[in-house]
Amino acid sequence: MNIEIAVFFIFAFFLIISSIGVITINNPVKSAINLVFAFFSSAVLWLLLNAEFLSIILILVYVGAVMVLFLFVVMMLDINISQAKEGFVKYFPIGLIVFISIAGLLSFFFYNQFENSNNNIITEINILGEDNTKNLGYVLYTEYILAFEIAAMLLLLGIISAITLTQQKNSENKYQNPSHQVNANKKERLSVIKDEENKL
Amino acid sequence: MIPMSYYLILSSLLFSISLAGIFLNRKNIIIMLMSLELMFLSINFNFIIFGNYLNDIVGQVFVFFILTVVAAESAIGLAIIVVLFRNKNSIDVEDIGRLKG
Repeated sequence: MNIEIAVFFIFAFFLIISSIGVITINNPVKSAINLVFAFFSSAVLWLLLNAEFLSIILILVYVGAVMVLFLFVVMMLDINISQAKEGFVKYFPIGLIVFISIAGLLSFFFYNQFENSNNNIITEINILGEDNTKNLGYVLYTEYILAFEIAAMLLLLGIISAITLTQQKNSENKYQNPSHQVNANKKERLSVIKDEENKL
Repeated sequence: MIPMSYYLILSSLLFSISLAGIFLNRKNIIIMLMSLELMFLSINFNFIIFGNYLNDIVGQVFVFFILTVVAAESAIGLAIIVVLFRNKNSIDVEDIGRLKG
């Protein structure tokens, strides 16, 4: 048995088990840890597919940043765990039906369509050479430069909207109240005081 | 060599598991978001597999963009969940349906 196939089966098994764990485990923290494990095993599988740059990015960005964000949010919110799984038994049959039908359909189609195309996974993509990162950068910075810049703007948009959404109004800051300003009338603002002592 | 159909069946299994996860976790919107991440992962799998199959690097370029979009999406989604929890004190999906005409 080839070592490549052995690695594939081991990490595919880990991937399936940990993704089942994500959707069934009661505790959100534990399911986030399972999700980290799923990302890690799929990064290994992407290495087998000769996508080295993307597998490193998957570990750095997802395991390093996005999953830490998930864990922060899960720990910040005080979630009632026993209540969180109430509908699980109720929705289990429909979830199973959806799983079996979609998985059966897709697997049947893919197996029939690509059964004969054995060994069609090409191990290297040659544009400039062997280096995956170099090839990717070459295409990214020439043909897809506009999409790359739009992606950068999208990340900026993500930062701004996340900050704006979660910002709480600080009572020490001074705000204008436009409706109050418009509704002001003369009586509230102006009062005539008779100055008796310094009468001219 | 690993046959291509193995990879494709793996990614379709991953997709259907995460789809079932959205059905099962109706009470917890954070786990729904995690299932969405898994779904994006299986889509990225398909992009890389077919990029290798067609001997074209553009599949990996698209995975790069999808990773960017998903990172922004999950940040905004988690911010929305924080605001929701602050206002309603629960992350139950059925409590969100208050926008009725």
